[in-house]
Amino acid sequence: MISINEVLETNDMISHENLDVRTITLGISLLDCIDADIDATCEKIYKKITTTAKDLVSVGASIEKEFGIPIVNKRISVTPIALVGGASCKTSDDFVKIAKTLDKCALEVGVNFIGGYSALVSKGMTKADRLLIDSIPKALKETERVCSSVNLGSTKTGINMDAVRLMGDIVKETANLTADNDSLGCAKLVVFCNAPDDNPFMAGAFHGVTESDCIINVGVSGPGVVKKALESVRDADFGELCETVKKTAFKITRVGQLVALEASKRLNIPFGIVDLSLAPTPAIGDSIAEIFEEMGLERAGAPGTTAALALLNDQVKKGGVMASSYVGGLSGAFIPVSEDHGMIEAVTEGALTLEKLEAMTCVCSVGLDMIAIPGDTPNTTIAGIIADEMAIGMVNQKTTAVRLIPVIGKTVGETAQFGGLLGYAPIIPVNKYSCERFVDRGGRIPAPIHSFKN
Amino acid sequence: MKKAIITVVGKDSVGIIAGVCTFLAKNNINILDISQTIVNGYFNMMMVVDVSGIDDRFLEVSESLAKMGEETLGVVAKIQREEIFDKMHRI
Repeated sequence: MISINEVLETNDMISHENLDVRTITLGISLLDCIDADIDATCEKIYKKITTTAKDLVSVGASIEKEFGIPIVNKRISVTPIALVGGASCKTSDDFVKIAKTLDKCALEVGVNFIGGYSALVSKGMTKADRLLIDSIPKALKETERVCSSVNLGSTKTGINMDAVRLMGDIVKETANLTADNDSLGCAKLVVFCNAPDDNPFMAGAFHGVTESDCIINVGVSGPGVVKKALESVRDADFGELCETVKKTAFKITRVGQLVALEASKRLNIPFGIVDLSLAPTPAIGDSIAEIFEEMGLERAGAPGTTAALALLNDQVKKGGVMASSYVGGLSGAFIPVSEDHGMIEAVTEGALTLEKLEAMTCVCSVGLDMIAIPGDTPNTTIAGIIADEMAIGMVNQKTTAVRLIPVIGKTVGETAQFGGLLGYAPIIPVNKYSCERFVDRGGRIPAPIHSFKN
Repeated sequence: MKKAIITVVGKDSVGIIAGVCTFLAKNNINILDISQTIVNGYFNMMMVVDVSGIDDRFLEVSESLAKMGEETLGVVAKIQREEIFDKMHRI
């Protein structure tokens, strides 16, 4: 029988240490909505999503109450729209029509984000891929809940540098079109290398073509719980430190697994994966940077940060894998700057730079995330930063992502405000030297060799 | 049997256990186990209860328990399905 101390420990995690399930994401295939006519396509999409997801929010809410665990977000991911709209969309405005339909669906079923306004172009772009990418700035301006992602490279195919260069322009144009809200549109746009098919987290969630008709994926969270657990081993050696992270990750993930199975049962939709994640929020006590500080670093970004993140990420996986029957998605520690008050402070004080963040992305999921850069950063420089991050993912056989926000009209020393879970971010300095001639070359970077590992 | 855990946290005073037990009796909920402890000067009680009979109105009972705890006894009382604790602490 469960003891009172175990009950109190669980409830303390929930009420004092911000333990929550970050998202239940319902993946829905829209492949059966493909039609030659754009209005018919939109009609089918609307019908499929609003039927499949009609109980998602209410089921989420009752699980939340019955088990006493907050479920912060209920979301939907769909088949990459470039595939769904390929037959019917003749212009990029046709794609915007689909974006608006998705937005309407999200509003109707009550989810805060719907992901999958996406194109997978790691090797080449079809005409539809190109039209979708061109439509992204307008689609993100004219919708509220739609999230967009583009996969630009993979370990198997190399990096599509034409698409990387194009995304430099698209990110900037999205920033320009949403300049009134500190370029918020860019917070809903992410580019990937090795994008997973079953990621439940936004902005990068989409329902991959390898998935079944619909599926439940769950993302867990709990940086505060890890930080609290580490307080009890303050002067212990690395063995004990790692053991503590692992045990904590196990407990956190078991809650995710329970919620995933329960949601799957109640919605009668198969369970896909649990994403083993430490996802911070701007709340005090819900920060990855605080974990670093607890480990013994004065600030996130200090020498030792990459090592600290590497061990954290690895132990989260080791503990989490045993707690869940199926693990997938991005799985690891997230380091979004604007969504983590400790990271925000570190950037403000100059302890954490863009270059250090890039180094950190070599050892964790996911990448350069929610980083505000000066609004006058050249498009080619944005493409260069994307190319660097894609290269890290390609060579290291891992998922990497870039979600940069060039804040129009603001520069280093100022702060961008995104609100809610998206938080706020000080504008970080970007290397001034040009990479224009490099990124303008066009073509592809070939896939790396998989032998002679050094 | 479907089990749930009731926790009651608040300042210690006369009649907390009686109040909660009366509420459970009225709702036809059987108590399987009770334990209590004082943490940082606060009264902490845990009950394991059988909720098989109220499965279809679990949320309703949960809301009225919380309301009764707050308004009548001045404590935070909540009921959670047992699985969340079981899954977290047992392999």
